[in-house]
Amino acid sequence: MSVTTETARPFTFGRFMAEQMRNIAPVFTLIVLVIFFSTQAESFRTFDNLMNILSQASITGIIAVGLTFVILTAEIDLSVAAVANAIGILVAYFTVQPDYVNIANMPVQGWIAIILTLAACFSIGLVTAFGVTAIGIPSFIMTLAMMQIANGISAMLVRGQIAYNYPEIITTLGSGTIFGIKWTIVVCLAFMLVAHVVLTYTRFGRYVYMVGGNREAAEYSGVNVKMIIAAVMIICAMCSGIAGMLGVAYFGSAQQNQFDTFLLDAIAAVVVGGTSLFGGRGGIGNTIIGLLVLGVLNNGLDHIQIDSFLKILIRGLILLAALVINVYAQKLRESARE
Amino acid sequence: MADNVDLIAGDASPPAPNGARAAPILEMVRVSKTFGGVQALREVDFDLAEGEVHGLVGENGAGKSTMMKIIAGVYHGFEGEMRVAGQPVQLRSPADALAAGIGMVHQELSIVPDLSVAENVFLGVQPLMAGGVVDWGRMKREAKRQLASLGLDIDPSARMGSLPVGIQQLIELSRVLFSGARIIILDEPTSALSPPEVARLFEALRRLRAQGRTIVFISHFLDDVLEISDRITVFRNGRKVITEETAALTKDSVIAHMIGRGTAEMHMGESTELSGDDNRLVVLSARSLSDGSMIQDISIDLRRGEITGVYGFMGCGQVELARALFGKGRLTEGEIRLDGRPVSFRSTASARRSGIAYVPENRRMMLFRTEPVYKNVSIAILDKIDRLFLRPGRERDITQRHIKDLQIRPPLPGIALGSLSGGNQQKVALAKWLTELPKVLILSEPTRGMDVGAKEDVIRIVKSLRDRGVAVLVLSTEPETILTLADRVTVLKRGVVAREFAHGHLDKGDLLAAA
Repeated sequence: MSVTTETARPFTFGRFMAEQMRNIAPVFTLIVLVIFFSTQAESFRTFDNLMNILSQASITGIIAVGLTFVILTAEIDLSVAAVANAIGILVAYFTVQPDYVNIANMPVQGWIAIILTLAACFSIGLVTAFGVTAIGIPSFIMTLAMMQIANGISAMLVRGQIAYNYPEIITTLGSGTIFGIKWTIVVCLAFMLVAHVVLTYTRFGRYVYMVGGNREAAEYSGVNVKMIIAAVMIICAMCSGIAGMLGVAYFGSAQQNQFDTFLLDAIAAVVVGGTSLFGGRGGIGNTIIGLLVLGVLNNGLDHIQIDSFLKILIRGLILLAALVINVYAQKLRESARE
Repeated sequence: MADNVDLIAGDASPPAPNGARAAPILEMVRVSKTFGGVQALREVDFDLAEGEVHGLVGENGAGKSTMMKIIAGVYHGFEGEMRVAGQPVQLRSPADALAAGIGMVHQELSIVPDLSVAENVFLGVQPLMAGGVVDWGRMKREAKRQLASLGLDIDPSARMGSLPVGIQQLIELSRVLFSGARIIILDEPTSALSPPEVARLFEALRRLRAQGRTIVFISHFLDDVLEISDRITVFRNGRKVITEETAALTKDSVIAHMIGRGTAEMHMGESTELSGDDNRLVVLSARSLSDGSMIQDISIDLRRGEITGVYGFMGCGQVELARALFGKGRLTEGEIRLDGRPVSFRSTASARRSGIAYVPENRRMMLFRTEPVYKNVSIAILDKIDRLFLRPGRERDITQRHIKDLQIRPPLPGIALGSLSGGNQQKVALAKWLTELPKVLILSEPTRGMDVGAKEDVIRIVKSLRDRGVAVLVLSTEPETILTLADRVTVLKRGVVAREFAHGHLDKGDLLAAA
């Protein structure tokens, strides 16, 4: 590793590695995991299992898309899973339920149910955005409160019951297939595509990266930083809500606490993929790799002989390793730029 | 290291009467110090007598702070000798200096606003009872006594942050005293104080002098220095110009020593002929701006095709004024009119859209180090060149044009900003605002820390912007910058307008005397 000090700054392998560390490490991890599980379990390397991994990751994926925006601005949203749960329950609340479901619901027509639910979701995002930007509550705490509020809404709506019916289109998108592929995968890919285009090719996307890269500089360049942060909080709430609607259809039921694991999974996917926790670096490409790493890991561990309790620990260790790499990559990059 | 500690702490000789100076308590002999090839001090001899207030003046970079930081143990590794009470000492840290009886109160106070007064006085050295429990009763009693000796009657349980700056400073001073310092260095102690607070500080300093303590008073405020000091030392360009009894000095003679008037050292940027023209169109007019703390009742007009300079010492309210005009920072009173219409910017974005551009004093505050140059340039004009989708080709073209106009090196729009030199980064910060000319351009310290070539480029660029009709506001703590650029000058002093110059000859001495 020779890093010269000439002003021309010639391209060197060491510098390239240092700058690309956050992208290389997750891809490398993914390849190692795929090779490992493929050699260990025959049942892992089948097309069906690949589809299985993708569909398991798709709901998390939609949430992770929204979180990517938030984390790119160096904020955090801890309410994603709770919002998904509340919105999933809300859409069921607006739908006619079987007689044996004892919920005081308000059935309306399918499209109206969806519009009302999306409006509710937008409102939740708006409240979060207001708290973080106008009042100035740190997003970590604000979204923690919103998590509890969303959980409260879920509890009030179902009161311990389980709902089973949703508007038709939600049922189709959440549990149907097209050409043998789960609709959730298609929806997730569509979200990723749109998010990637927005982040990479639009003015708003540039502002998101710049606000995350140096908030003060963005402000002194005349960027409306609060507006950008409010926007990403709302985008994240909308993604979580839509994931929640599809999620209840995917699960086949809407009840409390069914999204609990999605918070950690979504944050882990974004961070494992290499999007910087300090903002300004990363993107949807990183999130896709992160989702695949977690998806392969979760799925692969089921295919090999391993203590199921140990799996929980392994996931924690993988997340810790990813965090170390994430922070280390930031430092490496900064020193390479000096 | 440890053995030089007891020299002073051991036997404090009785205070020498004022004027009759016996052996100096501190001597610096032929001290030189370089920073990376730049000579900050050249063979300076300096001494302090016991029981005196010693004023220290000189322009920024004259060497006075370097000398004091050596004495306070902040810098070590210098040429020359340091003697305390006649014995050579070698200090390796501020803690060493404190052990040798030398303490410093910096301009930026090191207080903890959320702790009580007593806790601040005893910061890091709380008295403990058996078992490691803090002895609150003793702490409060001692703090109270300590503050009373400075003439302060303050509740030691009060929260530090709730007290005015002047009191906070005295509390920090009492912490330094409490740790046993007999030589106390005060760096710009009066810059943030109101006149009654200054009077109270001087009262406290006189008490300390009567106790035989030695005080070094570093300040830009010459009136304050002349009032409180027994002797004054003037630094210029890393050398000591003179040490003299205050009685033998006047403000004019001190300024003359500071800037070397009448000597061969006079050069460009020492004086200027102002060309303020009251008939020019007023673009931005600010009336009675106050923010409730740092600026009070400031009125200023920025005219089309004119550079207005704002001069003042650090902490005079320049930064707050610039921020207020750019929609950052809150105003409690006052009105800003742009092209005759009242405006009130709720964000920097609305100020930018109205045609106000701002380059803050610290480049880091407005540049993205890891991003390529073209993204740094385009960030302020994205809404002008793009609708929804970005056009990177266009951004690069625009950047390429600025690179050529401003001679930014290396001429590569795609290179990371952080790999450019400081001067070139400053040009990028300017380029940001040049694609579509702003109505008002606000520049804080536009040439600070730049080499001569880059400085001249920036001066040329700013003047050409003025000639193209921009109303430019330049704020600086360096008289040279103001004298090189400004067509008219407003001098700020402690948050208020002290003087305005619009026509005729202006030289550095006038600025220093007004501030």
